[in-house]
Amino acid sequence: MQQIFNFVIRNKTLLLFLLLFGIALSLTIQSHSYHKSQFINSANSLTGGVYGTVNSIGQYFDLKEQNLILVEENVILREQLLNSSGRNQSLAIDSSFNDQRFEIISAEVYKNSYNSPNNYLTINRGKRDSIQQDFGVITSKGIVGIIDNTSNKFSTILSILSKKSRINAKLKSSNQNGSLTWNTTSPYFAQLEDVSKFAKVKIGDTIVTGGQSAIFPKGIGIGKIESFTTDSTGDTYTIEVRLFNNMTTLQHVYIIINNNSEELKTLENLNNE
Amino acid sequence: MNNSITSNIIRFIVLLLVQVIICNNINFLGYINPYVYVIFILLFPVNNNRLLFLILAFNLGLLVDMFLDSGGVHAGASICLAYARPLFLKYAFGTMYDHQNLKFGHTDIGALIMYVSGCVIFHHLIVFYLEIFNISQIILLLKKALFYSIFTVILCLLLILLFKTRK
Repeated sequence: MQQIFNFVIRNKTLLLFLLLFGIALSLTIQSHSYHKSQFINSANSLTGGVYGTVNSIGQYFDLKEQNLILVEENVILREQLLNSSGRNQSLAIDSSFNDQRFEIISAEVYKNSYNSPNNYLTINRGKRDSIQQDFGVITSKGIVGIIDNTSNKFSTILSILSKKSRINAKLKSSNQNGSLTWNTTSPYFAQLEDVSKFAKVKIGDTIVTGGQSAIFPKGIGIGKIESFTTDSTGDTYTIEVRLFNNMTTLQHVYIIINNNSEELKTLENLNNE
Repeated sequence: MNNSITSNIIRFIVLLLVQVIICNNINFLGYINPYVYVIFILLFPVNNNRLLFLILAFNLGLLVDMFLDSGGVHAGASICLAYARPLFLKYAFGTMYDHQNLKFGHTDIGALIMYVSGCVIFHHLIVFYLEIFNISQIILLLKKALFYSIFTVILCLLLILLFKTRK
């Protein structure tokens, strides 16, 4: 017994080092698997508060750019409104389907990163704004990512610029599905993998979300085809996609709440069992 | 003694804030951000309690991780650097290190450069190894570690020389 105590006291530095390094290593390993980085994340009041203070100063610097983006979006929305008027008015509203399927909440980006293998954003909405894990996040131009961790006031978003993220996407022209991944090289490009060889792929075609998951509705813009290669097996295409969003200058984002997601999830779980 | 404790507490907080608010938004050449918080580990008094030093380094790394959403990457690298620091001290400063009253501001500039570069490269290799976590991307790992290290070393040396105590 005495010898054990002596051993501990003699090697206390080494033992403490091993303990702390073990903790750090387990946290790292945990952060490499999807939706497992619960403990250490920037959705807490300390980090959120600091980022909020910094953001309240920094947001003045790109007001002009943000205004332009808003005006562009308004133009699109106005066009849609004018062109759709008179089309839907003759339809009687069925009261049993009266509830909205999607709701949208706006949020401000407090922290953005795009140069590590797994990138996260921090936004100023959290549980009290009824944000939950696995809600989709978009801007007026295209998709941004998926909500990862939430605290009371803040949330982190797993960006599409992440090795962990795989998002169902399709070619807008031919409806061929694939999954959107990122090879960590450039924040302006993502890769669309597993597109069938029979798809007609043309440079400049639009890629949109596929709508096969409950996270994103169908048809939200992602990007344009920059180039494409055939896989080593020759069965599938890997497409280089130039993203519509400039992921380096995000300021205002929208969170999509799918009111049917609970129902879809329970149904899918039933199928899995 | 009291003075040293206060200055280290201030250094801890200021370096953390500088790292999080300024240095993570530099994105030099599109992606390079210096990790200047290692200055705290580099300049921590040599003769002080090593257990305390390890715990402080771990907490600093963990706070940086929290701000950057990077799991335990920086905590792991910081604790390794804190544990391995005597090796770098011995390597860079030789016998002077044994006197236990090393003042970093007054040392030979060549030895200081050796010390800072050794520590920073060691720290960055661990950071990127843990971050990428894939030995097949070793080229990317080394490339990133090299570029980030150059930037961090330059910035650290400038900051250390700028804020050195004149006596």
